[in-house]
Amino acid sequence: MAQATTAPVQDTHGHDTHGHHDEGWFKKYFWSTDHKMIAKQYLWTSIFMAVVGGLMAYVFRMQLAFPGIEVPGFGLVSPGEYNALITNHGSIMIFWVAMPMLIAAWGNFLIPLMIGADDMVFPRINRLSFQIFLISAILILASLFVQGGGFGGAWTSYPPLSANPEYNLTGLGASIWLIAVALEFVAFLLGGINFIVTLMNSRAPGMKAYDIPVTVWMIVIASILFMLSVGPLIAGAIMLLFDQTLNTGFYDPARGGDPILWQHLFWFFGHPEVYVVLLPAIGFVIDIIATFARKKLFGYKIMVYTAVATAVLSFFVWAHHQFIAGIDPRMANVFTVTTLLISVPIAELLFVIIATLYGGSIKFTTPMLWALSFVATFLIGGVTGIFLGASGSDIYLHDTYFVLAHFHYTFFPIAIIGGFAAFTYWFPKMFGTMLDETLGKIHFWGTVIPFQFIFIPLFALGLGGQHRRIYNFQNFPELASMQPLRVTATLALIVMILFQLVFFWNLFRSLRSKEKAPMNPWKANTLEWTTPSPPPHGNWPPDQMPKVYRGPYEYSVPDRDTDYWPQNEPS
Amino acid sequence: MEHALESTVQERPEPREGEKLLPDGVLGMILFIFTEAMLFAGFISAFVIVKSQAAGQMWPPFGQPRLPVEETAVNTAALLVSGLVLGFAQFAFRRSARQAVLPFAVSIFLGLFFVGFQGVEWAQLLGQGLTLQSSTYGAFFYLIVGAHAIHAVGALAALVWAWFRLRDDDLGQSAFTTVQLFWYFVVLLWPILYWKVYLA
Ligand code: HEM
Ligand SMILES: [Cu+2]
Repeated sequence: MAQATTAPVQDTHGHDTHGHHDEGWFKKYFWSTDHKMIAKQYLWTSIFMAVVGGLMAYVFRMQLAFPGIEVPGFGLVSPGEYNALITNHGSIMIFWVAMPMLIAAWGNFLIPLMIGADDMVFPRINRLSFQIFLISAILILASLFVQGGGFGGAWTSYPPLSANPEYNLTGLGASIWLIAVALEFVAFLLGGINFIVTLMNSRAPGMKAYDIPVTVWMIVIASILFMLSVGPLIAGAIMLLFDQTLNTGFYDPARGGDPILWQHLFWFFGHPEVYVVLLPAIGFVIDIIATFARKKLFGYKIMVYTAVATAVLSFFVWAHHQFIAGIDPRMANVFTVTTLLISVPIAELLFVIIATLYGGSIKFTTPMLWALSFVATFLIGGVTGIFLGASGSDIYLHDTYFVLAHFHYTFFPIAIIGGFAAFTYWFPKMFGTMLDETLGKIHFWGTVIPFQFIFIPLFALGLGGQHRRIYNFQNFPELASMQPLRVTATLALIVMILFQLVFFWNLFRSLRSKEKAPMNPWKANTLEWTTPSPPPHGNWPPDQMPKVYRGPYEYSVPDRDTDYWPQNEPS
Repeated sequence: MEHALESTVQERPEPREGEKLLPDGVLGMILFIFTEAMLFAGFISAFVIVKSQAAGQMWPPFGQPRLPVEETAVNTAALLVSGLVLGFAQFAFRRSARQAVLPFAVSIFLGLFFVGFQGVEWAQLLGQGLTLQSSTYGAFFYLIVGAHAIHAVGALAALVWAWFRLRDDDLGQSAFTTVQLFWYFVVLLWPILYWKVYLA
């Protein structure tokens, strides 16, 4: 076994390809081109935005459970504020939490480290990407405070409501919202190009296509998917912005435009987008599960092909969001079939995970708990998607809380559970200290149990006919009687939010801790574990850039003393 | 472990530094062009859908001017020739940077001609009452052709930058190819827009 690769390294200052040693605070934290620093910038911003988005949910859930109350910490919620809160909650959670956390933060951190590169191929474009993202985040927050208030036309922003200030009454808020979203796309576009080129051109010597860890595959496939789907949405967004500000009539039927056009452009992007965030989360889960099952990943290639198949299929399902928008019923049939087809690759991914677990020597660490709960929770999301994908049942369920619960059962495992899985797993590498396992487990159970109590009642409410986007259900006698379900959901949300304090406490303790994390605390095979925690500038000490001798999942290989076999060890 | 696993690990030869398929910049530009192509695909499909629903199938709508199809054909030719000349410049560049300076400049000049011609055309059309607000016809015209024009101006700026580097004999092969690719995107996109917006 090679000694050089596992020997601890003292001097990390020798290798400094990027110049500046005594950089100032600003230079270090805001002007860095180091992919690890940019990853942290994305990570902290997305955590901050998650807190904002979560508190928004608290406010509007209080209004739904106890209509008309003075929400502690906020006050009375007016109908306009309610709309702005739900709209911006959704937008923030998808565009400023899920995307930056799963793709930008972990993509930036992990891609170079997992493929043995010293940085991204375009470091300055990378920095620009974060700066644009930061501006977009500031804009979306600012849009809540402009005259007329934040945009309230839902995260899908359907015209004519979104197109005409006379209808939505938030002329300024709506335009700023749109510009912020568009800027955020530009940021990810730059990031995505970087990811793809880096993977193609900067792999360590010896790393062949099937030696690439699944996480990297997934983030890069997601980036390609994003880049191919976002163009039409940007086109649509420019048209919407023109309608809002230059008084054009692209979406105005009275002037020859077509409001349904936006729905097509939006969902042509919107559905692939859900896979854009799903794939990275699946990647984390797979890497974590293989590590803690101490077993070779079952069906590595199947996994990669399946992800590609999912990505391709996801371009042909978008109209399942429009079954009641007046589309041709024959077209609805086609989209029902494609939608149901896409559950095949998703099921395959889950089977691969289960087969990997089968017969493994499973260790229930905190990251592993998160990874396993991803599988269980996402399963419910996927299964309920089938009811929505069948156009017959969707005619009843569309725009009810059933839809809302469905996509929370997909997005929550992706963004929150997947996000925590990655965070707890790679935290030692990123920050150089360990998180506390006991606190981690308390936080885990305190998050996933309340989650079920929030959203299972919402499935029931949706089946009972409760429409989304209603400010006060007491105004509807046939819905009023289901109030206890709404109260349950809101109380569970509060419990979940309180348990997040455990996470922040754990984080705070570990960041201040003096105890250094070892190089490879989980005894994993992939390259990021072969460099000190945290990795030095340039990722590996000079002259120790890794070479790759085998695939990433060689756990418990017979006839070896250890049950793992790092990719960079010559046999 | 009870499920003893067959080791599927094969011995491999000592790893060597791999060849790059394409230089970083070129690859990045190709990816960027894919996204851009999808952006224009979005514009065009929106245009086709709205056009197909026009009241009484009247296109251009009642009272709106006809687009200057013939003049623009000349302009289209100018743009295509610009692309061709840049191709010559690339060939010349392979031999010596000096020889590429002139064709490169001609290519830029033709590009500038194209953009200027478009500007004149817009001024005329605005005078004839075709505006963003006058109809979806006008709105799509300025949207799509304007989006192309912005790309043309951006690409020309890149070409001018590259030309100065070229003159100082400071332009690398992959930087040349990268700006050339972007200009080809602008050049080759245009006939499609011309066909869809002016002719069809
Ligand atoms: C397993 C495959 C899935 C199927 C078959 C499926 C199916 C559907 C269908 C048919 C709808 C539309 C329902 C309606 O509006 O009436 C829907 C809505 C939605 N789905 Fe899924 N889905 C799946 C996976 C996902 C995933 C992975 C995500 C997220 C990452 C997701 C997020 C959403 C969202 C956000 C909406 C609602 C959008 C809105 O109207 O605001 N779905 N799903
Ligand atoms: Cu969908």
